[in-house]
Amino acid sequence: MKSDQDLLITRSCSKYGNDPGRVIDILWEIQKSLGCVSYEAMEKIAATINTSRVQIEGIVSFYSFFSETPKGKIIIRLCDDIVDRHAGVEQIAVVFSEELGIGIGQTSPDREFSLEYTPCIGMSDQAPAALVNDVVVTSLTPDSARETARRLKANPDTSKLVAAKGDGNNGHRLINTMVKNNIRLKGEVILADGIQAEAGLKKALSKTPLEVIQEVVESGLRGRGGAGFSTGEKWRLAQKALASKRFVICNADEGEPGTFKDRVLLTERADLIFEGMAIAAYAIGSDSGILYLRAEYAYLRPFLEAVLEERRKSGLLGSAICGKKDFSFDIRIQLGAGAYICGEESALISSCEGLRGEPKNRPPFPVEKGYLSKPTAVNNVETFCCAARIMDRGSSWFAGIGTKASHGTKLLSVSGDCAKPGVYEVPYGVEVAALLEMAGAEDTAIVQVGGASGDMIGRRSFNRKICFSDLATGGAITLFNSSRNVLAIVDYYLEFFAHESCGYCTPCRVGTVFLRERIQKVMHGFADKADLEYLQELGKTIMITSRCGLGSSAPKCVLHSIAQFPLVYSSHLKESLDGLQPGFNIQKALEESRRIAKRKSMIYDPVFGNEGE
Amino acid sequence: MKKKRISTISLAGCFGCHMSLLDIDERILELVKLVEFDRSPVNDLKRFKARCDIGFIEGGCCNEENVHTLRKFRRNCDVLVAVGQCAVMGGLPVMRNAIMHSDDPLRECLETAYLNSPYVYNPTNDIPNDPALPLILDKVYTCAEVVKMDYQIPGCPPSGDILWQAIVALLNGRPSDLPSEVIKFD
Amino acid sequence: MSDVIIFKIDGVEVSAKPGQTIMNAADEAGIYIPRLCDVEGLEPQGSCRVCTVKVNGRTAAACTQPAAPGMVVENDTLEIRNCRRDIVRMLFHEGNHLCPCCEASGRCELQALGYRLGILQPDKYPYLQPVRPVDASHPDIMLDTNRCIRCGRCIRASRHLDHKNVFGYIGRGIYKQVGVNGKNLAQTDVHVDDHAVAPGICPVGCIIQKRRGFYDPVGQRKFDVNPIGTEIEKHLKDAGGKK
Repeated sequence: MKSDQDLLITRSCSKYGNDPGRVIDILWEIQKSLGCVSYEAMEKIAATINTSRVQIEGIVSFYSFFSETPKGKIIIRLCDDIVDRHAGVEQIAVVFSEELGIGIGQTSPDREFSLEYTPCIGMSDQAPAALVNDVVVTSLTPDSARETARRLKANPDTSKLVAAKGDGNNGHRLINTMVKNNIRLKGEVILADGIQAEAGLKKALSKTPLEVIQEVVESGLRGRGGAGFSTGEKWRLAQKALASKRFVICNADEGEPGTFKDRVLLTERADLIFEGMAIAAYAIGSDSGILYLRAEYAYLRPFLEAVLEERRKSGLLGSAICGKKDFSFDIRIQLGAGAYICGEESALISSCEGLRGEPKNRPPFPVEKGYLSKPTAVNNVETFCCAARIMDRGSSWFAGIGTKASHGTKLLSVSGDCAKPGVYEVPYGVEVAALLEMAGAEDTAIVQVGGASGDMIGRRSFNRKICFSDLATGGAITLFNSSRNVLAIVDYYLEFFAHESCGYCTPCRVGTVFLRERIQKVMHGFADKADLEYLQELGKTIMITSRCGLGSSAPKCVLHSIAQFPLVYSSHLKESLDGLQPGFNIQKALEESRRIAKRKSMIYDPVFGNEGE
Repeated sequence: MKKKRISTISLAGCFGCHMSLLDIDERILELVKLVEFDRSPVNDLKRFKARCDIGFIEGGCCNEENVHTLRKFRRNCDVLVAVGQCAVMGGLPVMRNAIMHSDDPLRECLETAYLNSPYVYNPTNDIPNDPALPLILDKVYTCAEVVKMDYQIPGCPPSGDILWQAIVALLNGRPSDLPSEVIKFD
Repeated sequence: MSDVIIFKIDGVEVSAKPGQTIMNAADEAGIYIPRLCDVEGLEPQGSCRVCTVKVNGRTAAACTQPAAPGMVVENDTLEIRNCRRDIVRMLFHEGNHLCPCCEASGRCELQALGYRLGILQPDKYPYLQPVRPVDASHPDIMLDTNRCIRCGRCIRASRHLDHKNVFGYIGRGIYKQVGVNGKNLAQTDVHVDDHAVAPGICPVGCIIQKRRGFYDPVGQRKFDVNPIGTEIEKHLKDAGGKK
């Protein structure tokens, strides 16, 4: 048994050249075949790839999808996003619990099933959803959840769960999922029908790399992930940096709660993405690319691998691409392992290097020293699609769409309380109100633009526009009607940040926990005015002292909600007149003691009644 | 100037902070000119005689009686001051919060203290449980977790000099005037 | 290209060599920038954020930010002091820092910074009170990670000075902590003479050498004699520089 495990580990390691940089791929193989990465397995891996066990443990304990303790053969991960909560994921959890006889976070004694919660899996438009190993089940109801559990108990083949296939490529034999695209609005740039395949790449290859960069600069294309850095400038910097090798990385670690547009692009526009990556590679002089795919989208991997293989066969990848003698480029897929922070470009690079997914110190920036310390251009899935289209249609065509300062279209992932959740490709400059109209949203009270790290706005701000100068966003638009509790939403986002903080820097690691503690105090009606000042002060400290964007955006939901919904807060505040802390519960503090001492309190049990308070 | 009424108490503390108060030496003569002691171990008064201007609390809360007393102090004092590390952040008693790994942490804590520790001599093998003993809390709470505290004077104990300066500042209504050089957390 | 970079910290002109950080230049100029995760002899990692300064109006960690010509650095301002105090408070409240019963008291950099930054009212944040077990397995060294501030100095010292891998970060978020390369410390190849466990590497009382507790009497401990930062500020006085 022991030697079987050792053999498996040596085989997995050698499959990746015993390269410590590929340890995440190695750990995936071991996790899948052994159900966990045990202490002994870590020792064996460390010895095989010549690193230390504690370093392997550092990686295993960092990523949510790896486990040191044995997990069930089937892991059911219920998406615990706020939209799923509103759609009733708690009832779904109860059903699974009853059917499988295990609680959340538990594994059945026969090691058949594990049941857990996981942050947003990119299915907010068809919530509540869950991952059953790699298989996605969507739009769950208590009945369908029961049916799913029973079917799994009868037959552990997870692929049998897919009854009705989704539209478009979701029905492709290599994807084979019930996920729906829910494309609600096709814009001119990316989702339009009849895009001519590889036209952008061919035109790019007819120009010099510098001309390609110039074209992208002139188009005004800015990063679609949310930060909005000029894509052309990024490529120019990567191209200019002195180095023997350069890399292109596509960030498909779409982890922002409420976003799913990259899922749709990976399903329907895979060729366009790879075309954009090849253009970037040509522009900056790179021969290697990586698509960093979040673990939640592992079900897309076989399909994407097949697309890559097809491109190699057609001369669109590999050496002498499109007959261009000195241009060779290939792409590998790096699967993530469950860490939101890896959407941050330098953390994503760390993860590609087989490290804990922690952001790197900047400077140097990735364009100077990125993957393996080489200049690296990291762009969003949507950005690569835009780049390919710009090469085909020209920079002035692109610049003519949108607003003066925000060119092109933006894919929005609309979910929550509305009739038509899904993906909308809109030109920049669209008003939130217009978006609500399109989505068939009624009685909307709160709009979260940009997911957990984005902006929270109330009714009086619905005239604001989606563009870089107003509401810059990666594309998640989460809608809440007036029946939703804003504090519960803020609490959820803080829970999310505290869970996803990498823990590297103090303000984010500790501050997010403190923010949540105080928001809960407000929710319970134990807070007073001083607590609001505390929240604002703490929020500002975290924002300006954190090391990366996660920490600096985590307090936004608190600060925005206080500014936008002051009455909600003030209605929860209570001034304590007697100076006692309402959050301290003496009865609860005495429970254990009563049980152990087998007697009642002389002071706090009314039976004795002498000095009860 | 009308004499200020002050009261003091030791909860889950060692009385070290009260001892430290005696370290103000001859200044105690000046102190009694400025203040009148109400409920305090200094004069052994067990109940409040009147409403007080300032209450000094030594020690945190480890049992129900501590909570009860602290709440009484809060109700009866205009200004409440946590004196010493135990009152401020739990001090030595709070160490028990850090050893609660098991599913039945309080029992484990009592058994370690009275039965299992290699330093215990307990031939009857009993855990004290007289009805007169106040019930122990599930964990040690700082004063500020139980009631609102107005000021904190860290130290273990705060030296007589710090206490003297703090008292003078409080009596003069300038409570945040403590020079940071005198502050010690140990 | 000039070999000297000139920039300003709080209005005082300082010079740096190419490749130096703001922290390096400030140290040489006798200007103290508080820090915890950074220590001389180890690569800076920029994690504690105590050395946060403003560079041309934007916050950055002085220990990792390279000096650049003409930059305007704010160090000792009210806003920055408040941020640092909050960060030091966070570290205090995150762990179990019971100064009265900690052997590191008096030579603890966290405590010394608490004094320096004037934390008079240590009750701003809730105490998280972790309950991680103490590792006393090793005959000479004890590890109480409830006191750890995640500075990673032991990790870097072990890796880069001792060429071992005794320590490493494990976990994530608030559960991020220092782990050891074995089931416990006794099973690792750590030696009491390693740099990683030498006094002064661990800034707090997380790594403690056994049988050496409380070796300096109160009043003669490291920071009793020289409050934190005064060593660096002494440079300035020695050089007769202007304050």
